[in-house]
Amino acid sequence: MVRVVHGPWLFASMLLLFPAAAPVLAHHGNASTEAKTVVLRATVTGWLWTNPHTFLKFDVKDETGNVTHWSAEWNAPSTLVNFGFTARTFKVGDQVTVTLNGVAKSGAPIGRLQSVLLPDGTLMSEDESVGK
Amino acid sequence: MRRILLVSTASCLALVVTAVAQRVQPPVHVDGWGKSVAEKAKDYKPGPAPKRNLSGIWEPADGWRAGVQANGARDFPSDRTHTLPFTPLGEQTWKSHHPGFGTTAVEIQYNNDPFNICDPIGMPRINLFNLRGVQIMQTPKQVVLLYQNSQVWRNIWMDGRELPKEFDEPRWYGYSVGKWTDDYTFVATTRGLDERTWIDNAGRPHSDQLTIEETFHRVNADITELTLTIDDPKMYTQKWVALDKFRLGLLPDTFDIREQLCSPSEAANYNTIQAGAIQK
Repeated sequence: MVRVVHGPWLFASMLLLFPAAAPVLAHHGNASTEAKTVVLRATVTGWLWTNPHTFLKFDVKDETGNVTHWSAEWNAPSTLVNFGFTARTFKVGDQVTVTLNGVAKSGAPIGRLQSVLLPDGTLMSEDESVGK
Repeated sequence: MRRILLVSTASCLALVVTAVAQRVQPPVHVDGWGKSVAEKAKDYKPGPAPKRNLSGIWEPADGWRAGVQANGARDFPSDRTHTLPFTPLGEQTWKSHHPGFGTTAVEIQYNNDPFNICDPIGMPRINLFNLRGVQIMQTPKQVVLLYQNSQVWRNIWMDGRELPKEFDEPRWYGYSVGKWTDDYTFVATTRGLDERTWIDNAGRPHSDQLTIEETFHRVNADITELTLTIDDPKMYTQKWVALDKFRLGLLPDTFDIREQLCSPSEAANYNTIQAGAIQK
């Protein structure tokens, strides 16, 4: 059973956490993000299957009912297809658990994706050591 | 103490997410139609190279993303150990380029990479950034390369014509001629390039005097090595090798090269979201 991440858990997730391995997926510059692992329980609001990179958009509600609108970047479709992703992997309304491995230095709700746990228990992720 | 507790909490959460996953998608290399590429048998041995023939569907042999080259040309990346022989103009021009990667990487609001707004990636960057699938077709008079990245093509003429001494119309991908120097080695020369393009993803500059030499060496039935040399006396005091025997592997002739286009609207959206990471 996945723990719903809100309240003190969300607080813990969004503040200073342990450093993650620096991801290398951003081809257009990653100077504005820092390596952190953040885990969020989220509702998908969009899946942009686009170049140069894809984006997952999702909402995260805290225990007071405030909703934060997130955008998180993943690699390009030409890479993700080799890990089982398609343009239909995520649907609006999906309840997912998102793990980010980088977040905006500014504190804006923008990050880089490490994995997403789908409602059916499938963990979508990209192994950056594969294909090199 | 509180910090230690927070770190432990996040670690546990990440472990829980992984532990409850019932199924992880295994990596499978697929083509544009979603068909998987069969792995070769362990005892497979490629046959001999065909003579004077580059035809086929190719991609980097060491891995389907071995040609990404995010930090610049694979064999001369922008890092602390590779120093290019810039002329004063070359150094000045390089400093005016603000890439997203390499030793001079900047945040996206300062990035002036022409490919970020989908200007044509151009030659030689088409070989030096995100070199993925490439289909090579050959006629008696030309070699044609069809690239996955940007879905562009290049014509390398081998009908005996010579490159002009001057070019009235510089082109994003230039003008190319080539010839077989032996039965397994094809050498192409490209000039007449538009100065607005960058050589690679790290913003290395070139001038209208750039000459690119590509050597395609057919090693066997399955492997072609690509060597790419930069010669631009306005920007560099010496020639430099951007790719040194970069291995391309032959794919099945049923492999569909997927679409990978730079869409201006998608790029604008990407840049807007990334800029949001800087200003809350």
